[in-house]
Amino acid sequence: MADTPMVAAHHVRLGSNSGQSMTRKDGLAKVTGKANYAADNRPEGLLHAVFAGASIARGRVTLLDTKAALAHPGVVHVMTPENTPALSQDPDEKTTPFTARIDVLQHNDVRYAGQPIAVVVAETLEAAIEGARLIKAEYDEQPARIGFDDGEAFTPEAVGISTPPKFATGDLEAQRKQAASSVSVVVETPLQYHNAMEPHAVVAAWDGDKLTVDMPNQAIGLAKPGIANYFGIPAENVTLRSPYLGGGFGSKAVLFGPQMLGILAARELKRPVKLALKRDQMFGPVQHRSATRQTVRYDIDADNRLLAFEHQANVSTSSFDNWLDGAANAGLSLYATPAISVAHSGTRFDTGTPGAMRAPGIATGSAVIECAIDMAAEKAGMDPLEFRLHNYAEKDHSNGKPYSAKALRECYETAANAFGWTDRPPKPGQMRDEDGLLTGWGMGTSIFHAPFFPAKARAVLRKDGTARAETSGADMGQGAWTALWQMAADGLGMAADDIDFDIGHSDLPDGSVAGGSAHTASAGGALFAAGNDVIRQLAEIATKDSDSPLFGAGNERLIGENGRLFKASDPSVGEPYTAILERAGIDEIEGQGRGNRDKASTETYAMFSHGAVFAEVKVDPDLYQVRVTRLIGAFAAGRIINPRLAKSQLTGGMIWGMSFALHEEGVHDKRTGRPLNNDFAGYHIPVLADVPHVEALLVDEDDPHVNDLGVKGVGELGITGTVGAIANAVWHAIGVRTPRYPIKIEDLLKGAEALKA
Amino acid sequence: MNTFDYERPETVADAIKAGSKPGASYYAGGTNLLDLMKAGVRTPDSLVDITRLDELQRIEPQKDGSLRIGAMVRNSDLARNDLIQKDFPAVAEALLAGASGQLRNAATVGGNLMQQPRCAYFYDAHSACNLHKAGQGCDALEGVNGKHAVLGWTKTCIAVHPSDFCVPLAALGALVEVDGPDGSRQISIDEFYRLPDASTPPGSTLKQGEIITAVTLPSDAKRFAARARYIKLRDRTSYAFAIVSAAAMLHIGDGRIKDARIALGGVAAKPWRAREAEDALNGAEAGEAAFRKAADAALADAKPSGDNAHKIELAKRILIRALKAAADGTPATMPDLPGSVFATGKEAR
Ligand SMILES: Cc1cc2nc3c(=O)[nH]c(=O)nc-3n(C[C@H](O)[C@H](O)[C@H](O)COP(=O)(O)OP(=O)(O)OC[C@H]3O[C@@H](n4cnc5c(N)ncnc54)[C@H](O)[C@@H]3O)c2cc1C
Repeated sequence: MADTPMVAAHHVRLGSNSGQSMTRKDGLAKVTGKANYAADNRPEGLLHAVFAGASIARGRVTLLDTKAALAHPGVVHVMTPENTPALSQDPDEKTTPFTARIDVLQHNDVRYAGQPIAVVVAETLEAAIEGARLIKAEYDEQPARIGFDDGEAFTPEAVGISTPPKFATGDLEAQRKQAASSVSVVVETPLQYHNAMEPHAVVAAWDGDKLTVDMPNQAIGLAKPGIANYFGIPAENVTLRSPYLGGGFGSKAVLFGPQMLGILAARELKRPVKLALKRDQMFGPVQHRSATRQTVRYDIDADNRLLAFEHQANVSTSSFDNWLDGAANAGLSLYATPAISVAHSGTRFDTGTPGAMRAPGIATGSAVIECAIDMAAEKAGMDPLEFRLHNYAEKDHSNGKPYSAKALRECYETAANAFGWTDRPPKPGQMRDEDGLLTGWGMGTSIFHAPFFPAKARAVLRKDGTARAETSGADMGQGAWTALWQMAADGLGMAADDIDFDIGHSDLPDGSVAGGSAHTASAGGALFAAGNDVIRQLAEIATKDSDSPLFGAGNERLIGENGRLFKASDPSVGEPYTAILERAGIDEIEGQGRGNRDKASTETYAMFSHGAVFAEVKVDPDLYQVRVTRLIGAFAAGRIINPRLAKSQLTGGMIWGMSFALHEEGVHDKRTGRPLNNDFAGYHIPVLADVPHVEALLVDEDDPHVNDLGVKGVGELGITGTVGAIANAVWHAIGVRTPRYPIKIEDLLKGAEALKA
Repeated sequence: MNTFDYERPETVADAIKAGSKPGASYYAGGTNLLDLMKAGVRTPDSLVDITRLDELQRIEPQKDGSLRIGAMVRNSDLARNDLIQKDFPAVAEALLAGASGQLRNAATVGGNLMQQPRCAYFYDAHSACNLHKAGQGCDALEGVNGKHAVLGWTKTCIAVHPSDFCVPLAALGALVEVDGPDGSRQISIDEFYRLPDASTPPGSTLKQGEIITAVTLPSDAKRFAARARYIKLRDRTSYAFAIVSAAAMLHIGDGRIKDARIALGGVAAKPWRAREAEDALNGAEAGEAAFRKAADAALADAKPSGDNAHKIELAKRILIRALKAAADGTPATMPDLPGSVFATGKEAR
């Protein structure tokens, strides 16, 4: 529903589309194979490019023998540093946000295993693959540095996306002096690789100095100028198409070397080129989650109140860039803590550069914090839920700001009730099921920022009563095609089925980054505003038209709904949009929109989504295999546009949390730096049998400040809290906490043996 | 992958002819071979596709009561076969505990026996590995080796045979039928595999051109049907290779164990028949004490090949668990999570 004039957020009823659990608008295209992903495109004259990756992690290529590759039937060209032209922009430069230093055959240095050292272009994919295998390289190899004990330490200037590496408030030492007790825990988290189902790919075609690229991308508005800069052409010469992404998780918000090499090859050879990464190539040049070594300490007083919170994170990055996961910032706004001190240090590994991976910083940090909180609860002799409620943050203790909205209490209650969190024995190892399996219950708090990006959108109402709405937003499978469509339709006051809708194309208004769990709020807000802009113009025409029943109602509130504009005070007074346009002789009205977050609100309020996750695990008492038998979460994230899709995002996040807790780990050989489990047989994520019962519940939350529409995000929230909940449940089952994630059978065995001794 | 010739013979004789050429490899389900070719670890000059050899597709009860299983029978079909479920339930359970539904639909009996180790260094064409070429050395020795062998290894190779299916086959003394340029032969599965020695990496005793035509389960193996289990410890509930696994089969009369069959998986370069453990059980009263003794006997010679001492303890425990489960009786129907420590539906037959 479109409402004009625009009123304060909490008065806005979005309309009849939002809030509905519509099924995916792109679902039919996907299940019938009609949804074209980037690598599905095959323009006339297409060539295939495959890169050869370095087999060392540190050193120099001293000799590159391309003869066999060039002689292989079907191979057209081999790109090496010797014959690859310089890009128009130094690939180590960062001129647009979310840029990483990339490897595009501009030098012979090797900085991580799997770095492209040559690109083979061929008439067929098979020839290109074999050509790449036939490239023989010789190296001057230096020992790889992988791991916190081997890597070079450095002091970071920033972590995450430009956040300070250190923060303190309150008097830590003074608070500690008053403390009755404290808990401290050291835990390591491993390298994790995004591994979206769809590997990174590009299909590039040049027409003079105009470039068309099919490439899965989460940030089309940034990619377009980014690509233009690398290739020295005006941004308007770049057309980027990204209608569907098979997952992104942060690693498709950035431009990477291999894709730029595909574009470069197309320019060199004057033919369209496709370059798609193979699964094993996803473990190097396209980012990962930093490994961390974290220490968390909480001090509590005699009343079991948290007095001081200290979090230190040693975080991995590459040897040639500085991105660090902001793990130690995860707890700043979580619990009531008068004194806070957090700090990051960095360690350089000879891996590719890490980047933002679903719930960056918070997933990693909260995995440790939630364990420390449970340890504090145990020390306090309190139930973990009771202890969290006892230390509930009524304001953001890192800055004193009130929360724009925080329905975490309701989340705790809803999830605890659904789970049946009563009579939990405080001591570990007390519960067994009928099969003799040790049973444990654990919980964790979920939190994620609610950022907002300046997105733009356009809406057009046509005289035949149809409309079109568009923005360059990205659907990574999270459901943007559907949720954004719903918001666009509501902006126009029309049924979703009556409008055309388009996203995922650089000719459309900049829908900003699909990241930070901000896309629905940002791009959706823009679409809604664009529709509203149309209705505002329509109302202006109608109220000035003496033949309109709305003539003279200029000062009244008018509402557009189902293609009809009417008075809020008397819905019977109104007329169809088509009647207004026809009388005025106007073919169409175009509206522009931007989402809006009030500046003052940003300064006044702390803005977060929240949730609570409860986990039940079964652990074999002798063999220590773990199974999460129930995972139930309740989440409050402002206005929910599509409950079905929101729940699927949240359960997906929770399953990722399980993956973090029990499975995921990128293993590299310490000597060579090469990844050892760069396929899905070795890089474990949960399978269906691992998730017998996962449930996400939605808690109503009216956030009047976060943005005009009160929408927050759900994409990343579910991971946070879940990791710790599972670790806490494992502890509750057998009394063991492992010093690292993922929780492994051998570590549980070791812990259990130590406990017995 | 490399360019290769492709042949699809219609008879076993033609297959052997094609397979005898140097550099030829039989192609069955392809689930292992193709991965290795993609990784550049195997570069056969020709693939001999044996999927059309009808004579290898059959499951045939023999007059002597044994069951002959064609080498091209798919793992899924075999696991759901009535005779297998009735007479050799641990074999069915082991099959269903392996890989995923999709893989089992493609994977074959012969391919499963012949599948290569999952050692990451073997899968990495750039690493030194004696399975790539004898004499290269073994990067796993000083590398990530928490899942490697604790029995029967040498410094030549510390990889384990990854199969689940082969573990109960070893316990039951299955016979492997081989045909080849020099005629056919039948050998016990125990002798089919070669452990590594001071210079040779592990492998099978197949010579170039030899093809597995069938695996036969002897009729005397049926007497364990009432008490036969396969249990597998793994890092996730399904679709993961065994950390350690055990097949245990008991024949109990008058409260005493009359005959026991035991094999371990994930511990050595071949499915590990634990005869010492079987001997320890014969005549004993079924129960924790006897099972523990058997487990100690089975792992008496075990030693870590790297950062994997925990596997020795876990192997003992999985064996005790499998023996207990076997003593409790074969479940009336296949459990929901076959071979899992979380298997449900344990009501005995
Ligand atoms: C991701 C993944 C997970 C897996 N998990 C498990 C698991 O948990 N447990 C488990 O047991 N297995 C597992 N497997 C392995 C799987 O069982 C094997 O890949 C499969 O059994 C091989 O059979 P195939 O018919 O596909 O063999 P192919 O790949 O066709 O062949 C494998 C080898 O056997 C040779 N060969 C095949 N048939 C014959 C024959 N008749 N005579 C002589 N030589 C022959 C081939 O030449 C080749 O060298 C997994 C595999 C994958 C890819």
